[in-house]
Amino acid sequence: MIRYALTRGALLLLGLFVASALIFVTLRVLPGDVAQVIAGLNATPEQIAAIRERLGLDAPLPVQYVTWVSGILRGDLGSSLLTGASVSSELVQKGQVTIPLGLMSMTIAILIAMPFGVISAMRRGHRDGTLLSVGAQTLAAVPVVWAGMMLVVVFAVWLGWLPAQGFPRSGWADPSLAFRSLLLPAITIGVIEGAMLMRFVRSATLQATGQDFVRTAAAKGLTRTQALLRHGLPTVGLSIITVLGLQVAGIIVGSVVIEQLFSLPGIGRMLVADVGARDLPKVQGELLVLTGFVLIVGFAVDLVHRTLDPRQREAE
Amino acid sequence: MTRAQAHGRHRFAWLGRLWSLSTGRFGIIVVLAIGLTALVARFWTPFDPQKVDVQNRWDAPGIPHLLGTDGSGRDILSLLMAGARTTVWVALGAGAVATLLGLVLAVVGALTTRWVRESVAVLVDILIAFPVLLIAMMLSSVWGGSLWVVIISVGIGFGVNIARVTRPELRRVLHSDFVLAGRAAGLTPFENLWRHLLPNVAPVFIVQLSWGMAVAVLAEAGLSYLGFGAPPTEPSWGILLKDLQTYISVHPLSVVWPGLAITITVLGLNLLGDGLREATDPTLSRRRTAARTPQPVVVS
Repeated sequence: MIRYALTRGALLLLGLFVASALIFVTLRVLPGDVAQVIAGLNATPEQIAAIRERLGLDAPLPVQYVTWVSGILRGDLGSSLLTGASVSSELVQKGQVTIPLGLMSMTIAILIAMPFGVISAMRRGHRDGTLLSVGAQTLAAVPVVWAGMMLVVVFAVWLGWLPAQGFPRSGWADPSLAFRSLLLPAITIGVIEGAMLMRFVRSATLQATGQDFVRTAAAKGLTRTQALLRHGLPTVGLSIITVLGLQVAGIIVGSVVIEQLFSLPGIGRMLVADVGARDLPKVQGELLVLTGFVLIVGFAVDLVHRTLDPRQREAE
Repeated sequence: MTRAQAHGRHRFAWLGRLWSLSTGRFGIIVVLAIGLTALVARFWTPFDPQKVDVQNRWDAPGIPHLLGTDGSGRDILSLLMAGARTTVWVALGAGAVATLLGLVLAVVGALTTRWVRESVAVLVDILIAFPVLLIAMMLSSVWGGSLWVVIISVGIGFGVNIARVTRPELRRVLHSDFVLAGRAAGLTPFENLWRHLLPNVAPVFIVQLSWGMAVAVLAEAGLSYLGFGAPPTEPSWGILLKDLQTYISVHPLSVVWPGLAITITVLGLNLLGDGLREATDPTLSRRRTAARTPQPVVVS
């Protein structure tokens, strides 16, 4: 186990290095004159020189990279070119919207995927089972923006149950209002991600029904359903954990679009604004945090899976 | 029947199998319909998609505007047809980039010396964690948003995916007898690759490509909606969604159409991929007939 954790940890470090190098090369090296790109076409030479000075663009590229990375290791992700605000403090602030949104979406996705995935597998060949998997296939093809719009039409415009847009200015000072503003966005992401997750649950359940231990349990007097629920479900749960990393990436992508649609002041919407404004130093920091997060979740998922799955432990 | 005919028949047998599957048939029909629409829209749409007609703002679906008009009186059906061109262009472009990158990575990762192979495998494992949307935003922040950015970022994202699936497949085929026979018969490595290796990994590859194009359609819509895809003047389903969103509380029905178009296209490509996988993978169809056969535990 320790050996595995060390190898996997080395791969994570390598991944973080490759990610940071790719982001650095794309945002600092490929554009040619970064200062010119940021300043725009109408900039005076003085403005360009000022930007160059502020970003330390005169130093050789490897030095610039090392400066950037050592800053990150100290917790300094750089600062916005436009407002001067520190990227890390803005991330913490916007995270108050995005992190709860992500957690809520994931909870909803799992709550949808687990029961419906298992049912659609157990009812395979029956009309309801087929209907469930056709539904999941269709939902997984729906663009998340459009799903959000349709939910807004139904739950905000027609029924008036939930706010259509926005997040309270006071943040979480009024928890119920904040929660209500995040509910519709979270349902949107959760339903779409849940539909994708459901397909994994379905195939994992189908695989579990064929396993010897489930058949044995059924042979010893349990009904097929009991055998599957008691002995098969743990393996289904394990296989879900492995796709959780993928889910996190999906939720990050979903939140970028959905925060825009619902005007939520979160990390995704900030990223869209910064990309639009070509605030390259800020985009650089944000992209590294997001991809780094996906990589770290992948690492954690692999370790947890390894620890929980007795078959993998024995394989060593 | 000549031998060539028999060979040709056998070669396209998978098409018949694909058509006999409900997923495959749905996929073929949808993909052909969208392709045809895009082709027709190149020459003809019921109305000029960009023609502003203030007299007929927000016409309800009917005649002559089958799907109604938008806030500037543009015919929504014509906008959708013109948007199909953008969608097809992005899907094909992203498919081409993904093919190129995927094949190069897979071939380099499967057929070169050991340490190059291993490094490519590790690189692919790392790159696969990058969400396509984040790649697109990264490129947009430097070059500004455009359809090219969408094509290249989806191409990179899915090229890596294709490489990940195709590489082990190439390694497997590499050790089969007919490849050895080809080598013994004096084929150069390149001829062997072209004649024996690539045709044998093609099924796996095409399935991935179909799924990748579905992602491309979704990505185009999402990125155009965010303002990083098609320029606002270009007809695109994502742009249309963005335009109609402003009036969603007054004219909710109009938003239904572009979303439906995207969903059906993505579903068609996804199901085409599923169908292709079932039609070309002999082990899968066998599994289907003997569904309850216990399978060996896979320890990854």
